[in-house]
Amino acid sequence: MTTAQAPPNLVGMSGGTLRDAFGRALVELARERDDLVVLDADIAGGTGTHHFRDACPDRFYQFGIAEQNMMAAAGGMASLGLLPVVTTFAVFCLRAVEQARLSIAYSGRKVVIAASHPGLDVGPDGGSAQCFEDLAAFRAIPGMAVLSPADPLEMRAATRAAIEWDGPVYLRTGRSPAPCVTVEGAPFELGRGSVLRDGSDVTLVACGVEVARSLAAAEELEREGISARVVNLHTLAPVDDALLERCSRETRAFVTAEDASIRGGLGSTVAESLARTAPAPIEMIGIDDVFGTSGEPEELAAHYAIDAPAIAAAARRVLVRK
Amino acid sequence: MTIAASESTRALAERALSVRRGLIAAIHHAGSGHPGGSLSATDLLVWLWENLYREAPPNAADGGEQFVLSKGHACAALYAVGAEFGLIERAELLRFRKLGSPLQGHTHVVDLPWTGASTGSLGQGFSVAIGKALALRHRCLPGAVTVILGDGELQEGEIWEGAMFAAHHGLDRLCAIVDYNKMQSDDRNENICGLEPLPEKWRAFGWHVTEIDGHDLDAIGEAIRAARAHEGAPSAIVAHTLKGKGVSFMEGSPLWHGSVALSADETGRALRDLGAGEDEIAAWLAGSVPA
Ligand SMILES: Cc1ncc(C[n+]2csc(CCOP(=O)(O)OP(=O)(O)O)c2C)c(N)n1
Ligand SMILES: [Mg+2]
Repeated sequence: MTTAQAPPNLVGMSGGTLRDAFGRALVELARERDDLVVLDADIAGGTGTHHFRDACPDRFYQFGIAEQNMMAAAGGMASLGLLPVVTTFAVFCLRAVEQARLSIAYSGRKVVIAASHPGLDVGPDGGSAQCFEDLAAFRAIPGMAVLSPADPLEMRAATRAAIEWDGPVYLRTGRSPAPCVTVEGAPFELGRGSVLRDGSDVTLVACGVEVARSLAAAEELEREGISARVVNLHTLAPVDDALLERCSRETRAFVTAEDASIRGGLGSTVAESLARTAPAPIEMIGIDDVFGTSGEPEELAAHYAIDAPAIAAAARRVLVRK
Repeated sequence: MTIAASESTRALAERALSVRRGLIAAIHHAGSGHPGGSLSATDLLVWLWENLYREAPPNAADGGEQFVLSKGHACAALYAVGAEFGLIERAELLRFRKLGSPLQGHTHVVDLPWTGASTGSLGQGFSVAIGKALALRHRCLPGAVTVILGDGELQEGEIWEGAMFAAHHGLDRLCAIVDYNKMQSDDRNENICGLEPLPEKWRAFGWHVTEIDGHDLDAIGEAIRAARAHEGAPSAIVAHTLKGKGVSFMEGSPLWHGSVALSADETGRALRDLGAGEDEIAAWLAGSVPA
C-alpha cells in the first residue's frame, strides 16, 4: 500500500530561537572564512546546524553519536589550520568536558563549542536532559571563554565574536523561542557586559533567557518605586570585573539570575568578582542543588522560581540586607 | 635483502639501544615514570624517526607528516628519541618531569609542538590523530598521520568511536600502531578486560590490519610502508611487543609499568643490559651526559 505520508511535524525547527540564529550566523560566517568547519553528533536538526549542513555540505562533518571522539578530533583539526565549531546539546558537552580540557584548551587549540538545549529551556525532555552544570564545568577550564547570549539577535553577534576570539569558547545557545531584549546592530564585545536598563537601588545581573525575565522583574519593581538596573552579563569568562565593581558602588545590592546551577554558574561568577573588588549583598536566582523535571519552559521557570516574580522577590529581599 | 639494508638495520638497532639507555636514565633521575611501556614502544618510534621524521620533525601546522603518541605515559621514549635525533638537548633528559622542563610527565604540545598532542588521558590522542587526518584531507595538504596506541588504552570507548568514524570516512592516510605488550597498569590485559581477538576487532570496524613483531625493525618498516600505500581504509598495525623490552628484570613483568622509582642499582643493571659500558653507566648515574 502506498499512501503518501506527510512528514512528521518536527518540534523546534522554527525560527525565533537562539539555536536557529546560531545556525544561520554560521552560514554567514562561512562565506567570509574558509577555515570554518562544523562538527555534529547526529542532532543538527536540534542545534540549528542543519542550516550550515544544507548550505556548506562539504564543511559539515558528521561524527555520529560519539561526543568524546568529536571533541578531541576538533583539537586535531585545529592543529592543522581549521576552525572547528563543535555542536551538541549542553548535557552531552558534559560527557566530553575532559576532551575539551586536554585536547582543546590545554593544547592551545582554537575551537568553538556550541551547546544548545541548556537548563530548563529544554522543557519536556525532562531532568536527564536539563543541564545546569555546564557553565560551572567550562568556566573552570583555564583560558576557556564562556558565553550565554540573551536573544537571537545577540546570538548572531556572539557567534561572530566567538569565532573571532583568540582562544577556545563555550557558547550556550537555546532551544525555545526567545523574546528580543537587544536591538539590531547593538555592539557586542566579548568580555564586556551591557547595561540594558539603568537603575540605582539594585543591580539585576543575568545571562541567557534570564535577561528578559530580569527586565520584566525591573518593570514590576519600578511600579513599587524600586529602581533596578539590569546588566546582561553574556560573558561569564572572562568576566567584566570593572562593570560589576561600578554597579556595586552605584547600587550596593545584587540579584543574579541564570537558567543554570548557581553553584559555579553566574551567581558564583558575580560573587567571586565582587568579593575581590566591592563586596555587596547578593541574592542568587537559579538552580540550587536539584535536578530538573519535565514540563514546558515557562511552567518550569515558575516551578523552580527562576521567573520574573522570583527575581523581583529576590530584589526585595536583598534591599533589606543593604 | 641486501647487505646494505641489513647493515642499516643493525645501525638502527644500535640507535634504539641508545634511546633505551636515555629513557632509563631520564626515569632514574625523575624518580618516577613509566619504563615498561616506553621500552616496548622504542623500536616503533626509532623506525618512524629514522625513516619519516628525520628531515623535518612531524606536526607542522601547515601539513606534512603528523604523529601522536596517544599512550603518552610512554613519553620518556619519545623524549629520548627527540634527543637522539637532535630535537632536544640530551642533557634535558635529566630534567624529565622536573619543574620548568618542557619534558613533562606526559607530552604537552604547547611546550613541544613536534609531539603533536597533549596526552595523558588515554583515548584522546587517537581522536586528535583522526582530526589531523580529516584536516589534511579537507585542506588537500600532503602528509600522513601515525598514532601509537597502548593495548590497555583500547579499553577506552573513545577508541572505538574513533575507529568507527575513521573507517566510515575512509581515512586512508591514518595509520594506528597498537603497542601490543599484553599488559596494562595493574596486570595483564586478559586479567583486566581481555582484548582478543584483537586484529579481528579492527577488521570488523573496517580497518586494513597487519600483525607484526614490534621489535623487528624490518617488519616495522614493511608494515608501515604497506599501510601508507593502502587506499580506501585506515590501517591498523598490531605490533606484538614485550613490555620492558631489553631490560632483563623488566621484560614481561607488569610491575615495571609506572610510578616506578629506579634505584641506582637497578638503573646500572638496566643500562648494562642495554649495552652500556661502565663509563657510560657512571656518567648517567652521576647526572651527566655520556660522551
Ligand atoms: C583515561 C585514562 N585512564 C587511566 C589512566 C591511567 N593509566 C596510565 S597508563 C595506564 C595503563 C595503560 O596501559 P597500556 O595502554 O597497555 O599502556 P602500556 O602497556 O603500553 O604502557 C593507565 C590505566 C590514564 N592515563 N588515562
Ligand atoms: Mg600495554
